[in-house]
Amino acid sequence: MPCRRQSYEGVAVAVPVTVPYARFSTHGAHWFVGQAIDGLLKSARLAKDQIDGLCLASFTLAPDTAVGITQYLGLSTRWLDNLPTGGACGVMALRRAARAVQAGDADIVACVAADTNQVDSFRHTLTNFSGFTRDASYPYGAGGPNTVFACITANYMRTYGATREDFGRIAVAQRANAAHNPHALLQKPLSMAEYLAARPIAEPLHLFDCVMPCAGAEAFLVMSEARARDLGLAHARVLGAIERHNAYAEDPVMVRGGWRMDREDLYAQAGVQPADIDFLQTYDDYPVIVMMQFEDLGFCEKGAGPAFVRTASMTATGSFPNNTSGGQLSAGQAGAAGGFIGMTEAIRQLTGASGAGAVPGARVGLVSGFGMVAYDRCLCTGAVILGRSA
Amino acid sequence: MIALPPAARGRTALRITAAAAQGRFELQVCEACGDTQYPPREVCGRCLSTALRWKIQSGAGTLLAATTLRHSNDEYFRERLPWKTGLVRLQAGPTLIVHTHQQLSAAPADVRVIARLDRSGQAVLIALPKHDDANLRSDMMLQEMGCDPASRAVLISDGESELGQSLTRALAGAGAAKIWVGHSKCIDSVAMNPPSDVVEYVSLNVTDPDSLAALAARIGCSLDIVINTHDAELGNAAADAEMQINYFGALNLANAFAPLLRHRAAQRHLCAWVNLLSIDALCSSPARASYSASKAAAHSMTQNLRRDLRADGIRVLGIYPSPPGALGPDALAADIVGALRDGVEDLFEGPIAQAWSQGFCESPKVLEREIMLAAVAR
Repeated sequence: MPCRRQSYEGVAVAVPVTVPYARFSTHGAHWFVGQAIDGLLKSARLAKDQIDGLCLASFTLAPDTAVGITQYLGLSTRWLDNLPTGGACGVMALRRAARAVQAGDADIVACVAADTNQVDSFRHTLTNFSGFTRDASYPYGAGGPNTVFACITANYMRTYGATREDFGRIAVAQRANAAHNPHALLQKPLSMAEYLAARPIAEPLHLFDCVMPCAGAEAFLVMSEARARDLGLAHARVLGAIERHNAYAEDPVMVRGGWRMDREDLYAQAGVQPADIDFLQTYDDYPVIVMMQFEDLGFCEKGAGPAFVRTASMTATGSFPNNTSGGQLSAGQAGAAGGFIGMTEAIRQLTGASGAGAVPGARVGLVSGFGMVAYDRCLCTGAVILGRSA
Repeated sequence: MIALPPAARGRTALRITAAAAQGRFELQVCEACGDTQYPPREVCGRCLSTALRWKIQSGAGTLLAATTLRHSNDEYFRERLPWKTGLVRLQAGPTLIVHTHQQLSAAPADVRVIARLDRSGQAVLIALPKHDDANLRSDMMLQEMGCDPASRAVLISDGESELGQSLTRALAGAGAAKIWVGHSKCIDSVAMNPPSDVVEYVSLNVTDPDSLAALAARIGCSLDIVINTHDAELGNAAADAEMQINYFGALNLANAFAPLLRHRAAQRHLCAWVNLLSIDALCSSPARASYSASKAAAHSMTQNLRRDLRADGIRVLGIYPSPPGALGPDALAADIVGALRDGVEDLFEGPIAQAWSQGFCESPKVLEREIMLAAVAR
């Protein structure tokens, strides 16, 4: 039995910032990082030198990494992390920043995920994604993650009897949520008939199963609760957090994610059960993965996802609020910022900043991350439970 | 410039290409724990041993899931959508992402996986129905991996040799639409294959660039495949003449006809070039020193031609037969047609050539000494 993780008590997450998304941008990733950090400073009324920790995630910053950004933006931090882990980077950034704050290695950590999207940058990201991608997946049709998730979806449908309508319920509810998110690139309501009639991309995936790559950034601050109170910043508390990489490598095709290995610890640390979770922010590059998170985070049994979504109402005011900002499926996938979008939305929900999109009475939320298709499956999983500050 | 599939591969993964170039499917197997590895790597993913040996795979496996891509991030595939791919679990262990044949049954289905060179010249893995069947060849994806002579126009440089005559028959039998057969003497020498709608005899002298240029102009841009069958073994005293035909002749042919293939390939036709070399190209044979040297030069020229024609997606084949007499010309011709069809790049024909090529891969110096000692013993 591995030793128990120490508590995240006393850690606050605050100041959710979204740099508005654009389908394409002529700016580099550096511009979006700069805008995100400027947004953090202005919202928090902080001076640049008060940021003494930086955790950065980006796919399009090359040849730079986090350290290059310190000079580029004139930051002098005493703690630095570079997290090229895509959809899991939000949870991972929070976990690392929280420990830095608890240990006194940093006082205020800026967590930033930013990417640009130029005409060829998505292809460039795909072709250089990993050695395994280069050698063993991209040469097979160059579909990017669509290829892998089409196969994962097809296998899931065959194994557990899910239908396209089941996935459609997830996408349609998220689009309804996006109506309250001014940053969402796709706000036009989506009907089930439109979802089902969409053109195929990589069967069984169709257009509304896929995210739209775009440019943008998401960011938040991590500090002690005491510091957040001193600064007068609305914040949420970190109740528990897990991560896992390359789980269930023996499964021939992905049917479950690493959350399942660590979820008991997650809920035990937070002192809550799945039934106590008021809203969920799942990683939604494809609806099948949202369904797997419902299962693997313990909201229903493995294979019961299809039945679960047939009865759950997944809008912000529904019985099971999921991706209350519309998620990436509606807002767009701004590269690594897709790994942060659930975190910034959860902080907004727990600090009363969600406006018309608020989940009524939300006190506890779960944010889940999922990232990095290095070959035939996604490798990184993580989750964090956040609570409203008392 | 035509679009080609993504060609980037890491150094380790190029070993799959090296095997596929000879028509084999090989993966790494860990000598310490027996685990079959994929994607290729330098360290065993199970036990961390670095003792990974490349071994021929049966390819038996199960299709777990499949998809039809209607969108691709790469131009080559965009031009060919829809494109089918899938996930296969090999019986040997690993899960593979593969191109899938049109005739595969819905998952889960038994399949066999093969390795082929794609248009970029790099290996890809392909799942075929479990049972072989000549109909399988009609699959568009599979066609892209080779240069099936059916319905194509072919030039055989020397139609007077036994191999040239066998090849003419083999290509006609394989459904070639047009075969230009080169000859330098009188037409009687080729009476075994009478002229027809398909077979046409043309005067061809590989040592005369002007005549080759004139012939190229006459043949025009419908040429798909060139097979250089010129092969002069004249003895060490005639080293210069051997070099003129075996090396400079190959060069002259390429100068005259490669531009035609380029033009054809630019219109998305599948084109190929075949050079008849010899296993002696890899290691000097004591009985045929000057011949070996000329074939070594032609081997080097073949590598360069492959490099030159890569961007055009033109397959360049090197044929390395065993010493003369080891195998009849009909067998060699049939294997050349098969190599074209299957996209094989290096054909080591017959047991001697295969043994030498294996020896060459293991240690060129050991091979050299072995051949030297065998000659001394005689």
